[in-house]
Amino acid sequence: MGERTDHATPPSDSTLAPPLEVSGLTVAIGGTELLHDISFSLEPGERLGFIGGSGSGKTLTALAVAGLLPEEAEIRGSIRLGDVELVGKPDAELASLRGDRIGMVFQEPKTALNPLHRLGRQMTEALALHYSLSRSERREAALRLAARVGLKEPDRIVRAYPHEVSGGQRQRAAIAAAIATRPGLLLADEPTTALDVTVQRGVLQLFRDLTEGDDTSLVFITHDLAVMAEVAERVLVFDAGSVVEDAAVAQILESPQHPITRALINAAGGDL
Amino acid sequence: MSARPDFGIFRQLVGSPRGAFAMIVLGIVAIAALVSLFWLPGDPNHSNVYDAWAPPSAAHWLGTDYSGRDIASRLIAGTRVTVLVVLGAAIVSGFIGLVLAVISGLGPRTLREPLVILIDVLIAFPTLLLAMMLAAVFGSGIPIVIVSVGIGYGVQIARVVRSELRQINAEDFILAARAAGLSRWTILRMHLLPNAAPVFTVQLSLSMGLAILAEAGLSYLGFGAPPSVPSWGLMLKDMQAYIAVHPTVVLWPGLTITLTVLAFYLLGDALRESMDPRLRFGRGSTRKQEAEHG
Repeated sequence: MGERTDHATPPSDSTLAPPLEVSGLTVAIGGTELLHDISFSLEPGERLGFIGGSGSGKTLTALAVAGLLPEEAEIRGSIRLGDVELVGKPDAELASLRGDRIGMVFQEPKTALNPLHRLGRQMTEALALHYSLSRSERREAALRLAARVGLKEPDRIVRAYPHEVSGGQRQRAAIAAAIATRPGLLLADEPTTALDVTVQRGVLQLFRDLTEGDDTSLVFITHDLAVMAEVAERVLVFDAGSVVEDAAVAQILESPQHPITRALINAAGGDL
Repeated sequence: MSARPDFGIFRQLVGSPRGAFAMIVLGIVAIAALVSLFWLPGDPNHSNVYDAWAPPSAAHWLGTDYSGRDIASRLIAGTRVTVLVVLGAAIVSGFIGLVLAVISGLGPRTLREPLVILIDVLIAFPTLLLAMMLAAVFGSGIPIVIVSVGIGYGVQIARVVRSELRQINAEDFILAARAAGLSRWTILRMHLLPNAAPVFTVQLSLSMGLAILAEAGLSYLGFGAPPSVPSWGLMLKDMQAYIAVHPTVVLWPGLTITLTVLAFYLLGDALRESMDPRLRFGRGSTRKQEAEHG
């Protein structure tokens, strides 16, 4: 029994998350340049926030890091995860990193889960792919993950279909799927935007808990400064495909330098 | 997961009135086709002009036609052609539809657009014309019906399934599956095709129903079954001249064709509902509703 659990656990001895180094990242799709010369770095275990309006390039940057840009995208510059250069790597090699060393959580829990599969199967999809697991190991892993992301009644949840649970539970299941392999880098694209405020609080707390140590770095995308202030340690402000400000979250809130940052803070108003 | 094997789909299928009706009608057709290989109430091609237009009797269950042939025997023997055409058309149209849909919907960009144009051209091309051209080259017969119906409905299936695949491909769970590191092939197999299966199944069952009509139509025009092979379409053709004099005789092949086609349509409907877990238990919302709210 105990031995099986060990099998079902991916290697966790790499205590330090690999640092992420992005420099001069430029992305064009269909001849239109959408990201201009983005550079930033992420220390092991750091929680970095991307903030900016719609179409400012924050999601596109995260997709570029995950190697999930559309086929026709032209990408220049460099994205280094640990000592691996991701730009120019063939998709098959990127696929072996995705889900194993990079996990991703999406905005809309309604559509981010396959309606035809039970939650337990979806939570362990990446795990089963990268560390071939038996049925029983997979079931144990699903229960363990459900408990880890704070899902009550894990026995029921792992057997449920997405439409049978609440939005918050779906998002927790999606997070469980993303962290199943203990990726060093977790990318979260507006994971709380579609949730109501009380559920949102719990999910934010979960992100903080999951990235407590130095073994997981977090990139958290949001357009909501109040949410950002709760999760991130450092913030990149995006505008029109460029990073216009890169500073610690306290500094951004107290003395914003760029007009866009000031506008975002004014828009948030009394929420902070 | 200690996955309970999904007998649920079959149970759900026969549990709904539509599904049960479809299974009964199609079951009878299938059994009739099997039985007809060994036994028939009479010789379907034996004519006896002294016995023409006989009313139903113990010797002729449904009576006889203008040349005294036993209608019941001809109907039962006709199921062979029906089953052959339906299965053949389903296999050909399903294969063409699925392959074209996957390549034109998810394939490389350079292949996608020419294929879409090709599909549109083929859809605009009448099945009847295709059958006539094929018949002119190879001679008329059941294979011509199968191939022309298979191509004709295959491209229709391709168009519908293609747009469904593209819609599913744009959903977040496909991106999430890529983010989990799944290969394109695995995503196609595990996420895209199962989600497109309800639409594909409905289209396929529609094409099976339409294949019966097409067989009847093509046989009626002389491109289908040869006169020596009893088929429902030929019977309809033979009898239609007498509809004003002996309406009940025309009724039998007409009713059989209608019931069988209806059974295929209802089967498609019932299958779609039993395959989607969101519809299976009568709660939860469909994707359309979610799209409206989300």
